[in-house]
Amino acid sequence: MRDVHLSFGSVEVLRGVDLLVERGTTTCVIGPSGSGKSTLLRCVNRLEEPASGDVLLDGQSVIDADPDRLRQRIGMVFQHFNLFPHRTVLDNVTLPLRHVKGLSRTDAEEIARARLAEVGLAHKAPYRPAALSGGQQQRVAIARALAMDPEVMLFDEATSALDPELVKGVLELMARLAGDGMTMIVVTHEMGFARKVADTVAFMDRGRIVESGPPQRVFDAPESPRLATFLSRVL
Amino acid sequence: MDALLDTFFDWEYIARVLPDLLTTGLINTLILAVCSALLGTVFGLILAVLGLARTRWLRWPARVYTDIFRGLPAILTILLIGQGLAQLVRPIVGTNPYPLGILALSLIAAAYLGETFRSGIQSVEKGQLEASRALGMSHPKAMRLVVIPQGIRRVLPATVNQFISLVKDSSLVYFLGLLADQRELFRIGQDLAANTGNLSPLVAAGMCYLVITVPLTHLVNHIDRRLRTGRRVAGGEHDDPIDAEPDAGNAGALASGQPRGA
Repeated sequence: MRDVHLSFGSVEVLRGVDLLVERGTTTCVIGPSGSGKSTLLRCVNRLEEPASGDVLLDGQSVIDADPDRLRQRIGMVFQHFNLFPHRTVLDNVTLPLRHVKGLSRTDAEEIARARLAEVGLAHKAPYRPAALSGGQQQRVAIARALAMDPEVMLFDEATSALDPELVKGVLELMARLAGDGMTMIVVTHEMGFARKVADTVAFMDRGRIVESGPPQRVFDAPESPRLATFLSRVL
Repeated sequence: MDALLDTFFDWEYIARVLPDLLTTGLINTLILAVCSALLGTVFGLILAVLGLARTRWLRWPARVYTDIFRGLPAILTILLIGQGLAQLVRPIVGTNPYPLGILALSLIAAAYLGETFRSGIQSVEKGQLEASRALGMSHPKAMRLVVIPQGIRRVLPATVNQFISLVKDSSLVYFLGLLADQRELFRIGQDLAANTGNLSPLVAAGMCYLVITVPLTHLVNHIDRRLRTGRRVAGGEHDDPIDAEPDAGNAGALASGQPRGA
């Protein structure tokens, strides 16, 4: 990301963000609420359009890309899961496969069942999302995104809406994904996860990335006073 | 008291009118109501989508249409369309008042249904559209596959209110002039009531309306409940959300809270 700016009305949300994410690495974005973390993430798959600056995926600007094509290459997981409540768990995963990738029902179901099995929920395929716990719903959402075979995965506070005892399962799944070499950008309040799993931690405050680096350095030897204050509050 | 009872419940008259009600009236009322419900639903959906459009030039006509057709008495609309356009359609459908009657009823129903659908579609959380778009669906596709189906389900009960109104308003088509075998429930009851000076045939017609409308209400409440809870999975007697949370340490605590996507 190069010098990304974005405003909502008169509020400047992103004020010149630069971020480099290497292929196959996990970047955790931390920072106080309202610092622009989620907005930054949403600029990557263009759920928000930057006012200026550019976001490059594989050297190509996402701004020039067709948004629907672009989003097939980028999976996203939301805080509130956003599963489709009127469809079964299986249909949630097959729907984009069939209607975006144009796969037949049989092919789509084969992929969907395999992905659901990977997140340990193959047995929930015929149920509606409402019959699942929050942790299970989020794992289905991850399976749904993975089924599209994305090059990058974006996680927007994926565990913030979960009861504490359900957080672990989702984080473990995300860690496994990172270990398998998925390129991930993770907006999170889970500092333990960031420390353990991230290759890079970026600290955002007031629309800028104030400091970034490997987790040991960011957490144990913060350079900026703002990061030090933030860490002393959350840790 | 007996006189009053005879006025409304004279079984002789009821028995006399019942065969006509059941063989002719019920069918004609259903033809009018079902056809205009189908057409009205299609028009209503189009109106709802137009009403939600981003361009003012699509929203605005939908708005004006709704205001006009919702604001006029049904009988007035039916007469204006049924008589006003009669000349125009005569070469195609002859003097049969049904096509124009159905058209008028549909246009009225569409105004109400459009508003109902629009409110349902608008009530679907923004996250649903976002998630669909993030998966690579185009805006129209996301609306068609994800947002609109959910929106319509939410307003099913209100939609049925509209269908019930249609069943009742179909009686107004009688103002367009009906041949003997075109008569619907109200007209058949009304004819015998006028000939005999006794209201029992109308009471019988009223019962026939209730036979349509009351089960309709209950049927939809049933469907509504099923859509809310989700279909039962074959063999899945108890749909236990806490079974098999393999990597959560404290299964007991799960029972108390199942957070759902808000």
